[in-house]
Amino acid sequence: MFGRLKEMLIKEFIQIFRDPRTRFIIFLPPIIQLLVFGYAVTTDVKNAATAIYDQDNSVASRELTSRFIRSRYFKVKENIREEGQIRHLIDHSRVKAVLQINKGFENDLRSGRTAQVQMIVDATDSNTAGILLDYGQRIAQEYSQEILLDRVARSAGPVRAIGGLDLQSRAWFNENLESRNFYVPGVIAILLMLVTLMLTSMAIVREKEMGTMEQIMVTPISSMEFILGKTLPFALIGFFDMVLVVLIAWGWFDVPIRGSLGWLFLGTGLYLMSTLGMGLLISTISRTQQQALMTTFFYFQPMVLLSGFMFPIENMPEPVQWLTYLDPLRYFLVIIRGIFLKGIGPEILWPQMLALLVMGVSVFLLAIHRFKKYL
Amino acid sequence: MHSSNPRNIAVSVHNLSKQFDGFTAVDRINFEVKKGEIFGFLGPNGAGKSTTIRMLCGILPPTSGEGKVAGLDIHTQREQIKWQIGYMSQKFSLYEDLTVEENINFYSGIYQIEEDTLRRRKEWVIEMAGLQRHRGSLTRVLSGGWRQRLALGCALLHEPSILFLDEPTSGVDPISRRQFWDLIYELTGRGVTVFVTTHYMDEAEYCDRLGMIYDGKLVALGTPEELKKEFMKETVLEVSCEQPMKAMAVIQNLAAVKEVTLFGNHLHAVVPDARTAHKAIQLVLSENAIKLSRLEKISPALEDVFVSLIEAQGKATATGGEGA
Repeated sequence: MFGRLKEMLIKEFIQIFRDPRTRFIIFLPPIIQLLVFGYAVTTDVKNAATAIYDQDNSVASRELTSRFIRSRYFKVKENIREEGQIRHLIDHSRVKAVLQINKGFENDLRSGRTAQVQMIVDATDSNTAGILLDYGQRIAQEYSQEILLDRVARSAGPVRAIGGLDLQSRAWFNENLESRNFYVPGVIAILLMLVTLMLTSMAIVREKEMGTMEQIMVTPISSMEFILGKTLPFALIGFFDMVLVVLIAWGWFDVPIRGSLGWLFLGTGLYLMSTLGMGLLISTISRTQQQALMTTFFYFQPMVLLSGFMFPIENMPEPVQWLTYLDPLRYFLVIIRGIFLKGIGPEILWPQMLALLVMGVSVFLLAIHRFKKYL
Repeated sequence: MHSSNPRNIAVSVHNLSKQFDGFTAVDRINFEVKKGEIFGFLGPNGAGKSTTIRMLCGILPPTSGEGKVAGLDIHTQREQIKWQIGYMSQKFSLYEDLTVEENINFYSGIYQIEEDTLRRRKEWVIEMAGLQRHRGSLTRVLSGGWRQRLALGCALLHEPSILFLDEPTSGVDPISRRQFWDLIYELTGRGVTVFVTTHYMDEAEYCDRLGMIYDGKLVALGTPEELKKEFMKETVLEVSCEQPMKAMAVIQNLAAVKEVTLFGNHLHAVVPDARTAHKAIQLVLSENAIKLSRLEKISPALEDVFVSLIEAQGKATATGGEGA
């Protein structure tokens, strides 16, 4: 058993490293994609291009504007003089937000009336627009509260306490609310799935297509030896890629790793069982490499969408939520984010680990069952 | 024949059939192959040769019927059979991205050949295939003859007692084909049984015994000489003349001639009675002003046998209603 398996492994490794295409798939896409995603996949809103339409041009209006700038959420790109320009700037995507301060702003404040300020946002991207409105609201409110306290203090002497609510918020596990900390571990999980699926789905079907399968089948090699020989090299490559991208995430993007690396690797092993098993299954049901590649992408896309990587699962309609239980990525995302950011281990993550184990074993058995030493 | 002694039998097949989605590829065939002989399986493309060989090698399950290879059952002892046989498919099926030596090492590893035996076998294969100077070359870059001999070598690494060759010489030049057959003779001299499929009639003459398969059915079985005697009761006349196409048309209409086929630039006329036909052909050719250079009785080639068998088969199918 081990003798023949060893021969399979030697042969597979020679073939893998001799083929420039496989060498490329192993090293480059994980690195490039992690770098690209690490920078690009972020939902943080910072330095949004903003236009100021200040008709009042007073001390108070300039104070409000500077508070917007100091927040660092807004960056002034344009100062406009007339209303018509607003439309133009937003149509051309030159700015995302416009702050409009009407004439008489300071006067209204002085005389104790409510002063009107308008904020216009480009809501093509509803998510960013919502965040900007929220930031704007907070800045205006803070300013308004200070003015109020100031006035009370001036008219009634030193303020005794004014009852009110003060929400003290703490963001646990990601104190600065860096969306990168949330996305980079997710990207690692997705990359791992993509690389291992692609490599294994080609593994068996390539031998079928080249005709080498027929020769292998007349030898006394067992299905188990053949399948393991086809899987173990890619499992090792999966772990290698994992180490590579974790190093980049930690060393380059400063994503914290709070949990134990040992559990991270165990979780990865369980996850790889599902992705490799699925790759093998695709390889056994496909007749050509092209079919295998198409099937891989038909599987991969929905798995990413259903995983909760981008879109929260709780927001999905219930039947779609049921589907997500079949998605290994869903479980691994919880594990990898939990270990990276929360520093938790199997005492909390065991249900996800168990789910991956069950999925991995079943899909592997299915692949072995589908693979017969027959033409 | 003493085929009843099972100890002398390498392969035996009884009513073996294979169907693919309602299409019958192999239809209840029966034959035996004796140990140490070269058994040729002859037939046109799509007749069921490869299907039969794959069933015997245990990589295609038969639909019905029995079969034994090296005394082992092809239904229940497929994995044991694999230790006893060597197989070479019609397509080159070694790894093209591995070198000559890597391919040999891989297959000997799969058969778990001992270290010192391996060294000897490996040298034998490399020498036999003439690849001494190409040990480190990827098999992708080797020419047809080299590849074919390397594939044969890899199929022989574990010294199987039965060798299955599926159209081994297709796409190989005549000199390599000649060398290949010399090798096959050498192997049978050492007691290896060779089961070979081919559609080259000249190669069929090299075999000890032949089975002719057509449309999934075994239509004839015997030594090349037996087949010629038994199935060619008629005589074959070879006609060399000018305008062979025109000559063929006029000869075909003679009552004394059963059928005419074109062989290169000669005609072969199958005739029930040589003397009457001889006269008739001479007469009709001179009537049509076709110059006859030679007209003589020849011993039939296997091709003649095969053609007449297929004609007979075709007629039987046409008159017998369904030819299942």
